[in-house]
Amino acid sequence: MTAILELEGVGKAFGAVVVAEHQSWSLQQGEALGVIGPNGAGKTSMFNLITGALPVDQGTIRLAGQDITHWSAARRCRAGIARSFQVPQPFSGMTVFENAYVAATQGAGLSAGEAEDLCLDVLERTGLLRKGNVMAGSLTLLERKRLELSRALCARPRVLLLDEIAGGLTENECQALIGTIRDVRQTGVSIVWIEHVVHALLAVVDRLIVIDFGRKIAEGDPQTVMDSREVREIYLGIEAHG
Amino acid sequence: MPDTKLHVSRTTRLSTISMTLMFVVVLVLACAPWWASRADIRLFGEISLYIALASLWNLLAGYAGLVSVGQQAYVGLGGYVFFGLTLLAGLNPIAALLIAPLIGVVVAAPVAVLIFRLRGAYFAIGTWVVSEVFRLTAAQVSALGGGSGISLPVSVVNALAQGRFLREALAYWLALGVAVLVTAAVFFLLRSRRGVALMAIRDNELAAKSLGIDIWVTKFVVYLVTAGLTTLVGALIFLQKLRVSPDAAFSSNDWTAFVIFIVVIGGVGTIEGPIIGTLIYFALRETLADLGTIYLIALGIVAIVIMLKAPSGVWGLIRGRRGLELFPISRRIRGLD
Repeated sequence: MTAILELEGVGKAFGAVVVAEHQSWSLQQGEALGVIGPNGAGKTSMFNLITGALPVDQGTIRLAGQDITHWSAARRCRAGIARSFQVPQPFSGMTVFENAYVAATQGAGLSAGEAEDLCLDVLERTGLLRKGNVMAGSLTLLERKRLELSRALCARPRVLLLDEIAGGLTENECQALIGTIRDVRQTGVSIVWIEHVVHALLAVVDRLIVIDFGRKIAEGDPQTVMDSREVREIYLGIEAHG
Repeated sequence: MPDTKLHVSRTTRLSTISMTLMFVVVLVLACAPWWASRADIRLFGEISLYIALASLWNLLAGYAGLVSVGQQAYVGLGGYVFFGLTLLAGLNPIAALLIAPLIGVVVAAPVAVLIFRLRGAYFAIGTWVVSEVFRLTAAQVSALGGGSGISLPVSVVNALAQGRFLREALAYWLALGVAVLVTAAVFFLLRSRRGVALMAIRDNELAAKSLGIDIWVTKFVVYLVTAGLTTLVGALIFLQKLRVSPDAAFSSNDWTAFVIFIVVIGGVGTIEGPIIGTLIYFALRETLADLGTIYLIALGIVAIVIMLKAPSGVWGLIRGRRGLELFPISRRIRGLD
């Protein structure tokens, strides 16, 4: 396996607040990687650094071996990195279909006809097709989160970054979401998934990393990481005495 | 796979009716020299030019998020370029009108590079400073009358067309033509790939850039297109006025304040808004103008009430959540029940 995404010594601070400190890890081609950590640990900031929404202070980010550290956010998306936002960022004055269409034409660079087919297909899979002609601004929070996923998929990513898309779902919806993400993986897309709903995460990912105070504090097989002392202490807030 | 009966289309029954209706209205207006009075034709010409200015400002501020309060820079530039090309270079007025927008684009490119470094309120102030620099520069051109301005000589006016009727009709047709040209340009731009990007930027810049849209490039293109067409409108305005002076050409009241008023009451960020706003503005002006200063107070009150009660403007209210459109721009899925 070769690394599709690599972070090497990536650091970022806002004054005294460190959001990423010497982070090094890689995502293999076709792999699904889970990311956990307490609120404010720097998980979303890490996505901002990978997608170019924030510039890094130090370190290197590579996509399929190519240094993309200084590329614009738009260029990184066209090269194959797409994300969902934790706080949904819909194009409120456009319909659900058009939101997806933006990603398919601008991010994936498809022609109008191809883009229309892809959007209809993706919206069908994410369960938003019935809402296709509704203005995105009038969607509920859960629908907005589904729109985030749909839009990211319509950009036809090689690396898909998912930021807390399972929160607030019922058990059935959660199972459907797991199915959707497994399907996406089947098509060869590599995935990094930040999630607090740990059972959803564990149903999909091959590997887990734990982040706290901008640092990677654990990495490895999901079950081993979940059972580790660091996770119980820092992430779950359980004091591990003795 | 989704249902095969699903497809995507942009025309609706409403948009087909409204496009046909607009076509008929433009045809009837084009015949105005034969059925309307001279005063009415002047008014129609002025309305046309304001529709063009408002549509352009809306494209810039409403879609690209470039809230400029200095578009009078390009109106004035258009006036001075037109007078310079006809008076000093001896060009035919029509040739001057064709060259004016190109000069507007050439001038706008370095200005854009400079002012795009500014954000939000600083950008707005920057555009105003640029227009003041243009005004002061124009006042230095003594060949065009310096600070007091200059009139268009009879020879240039006569070169346009023979006879008063034809001359006035031609000036009117040019104004009507530029309103149609600008509206069509905005319409086709919004329907294009770049238009999709532009609407995305209008709604959410963060999401737009993370979905592959180059925000700087898109805004740059919009700024240049807007500047070029505003320069053309400016040239036509001062062809109608037959006289140009720095204060009239670079008037922020006439070419920006009223234009912003029009777009805000009509509905910012929609193609219909500026047209409806212009009609409302002229309806108010024609009914209230006799009241003197009270007219401006009334305009101000209307603007404040609309901003407080209907921030998306009159068209925003009518459009509603269903997103009615008079111009077929948005893509709808057909075949959903």
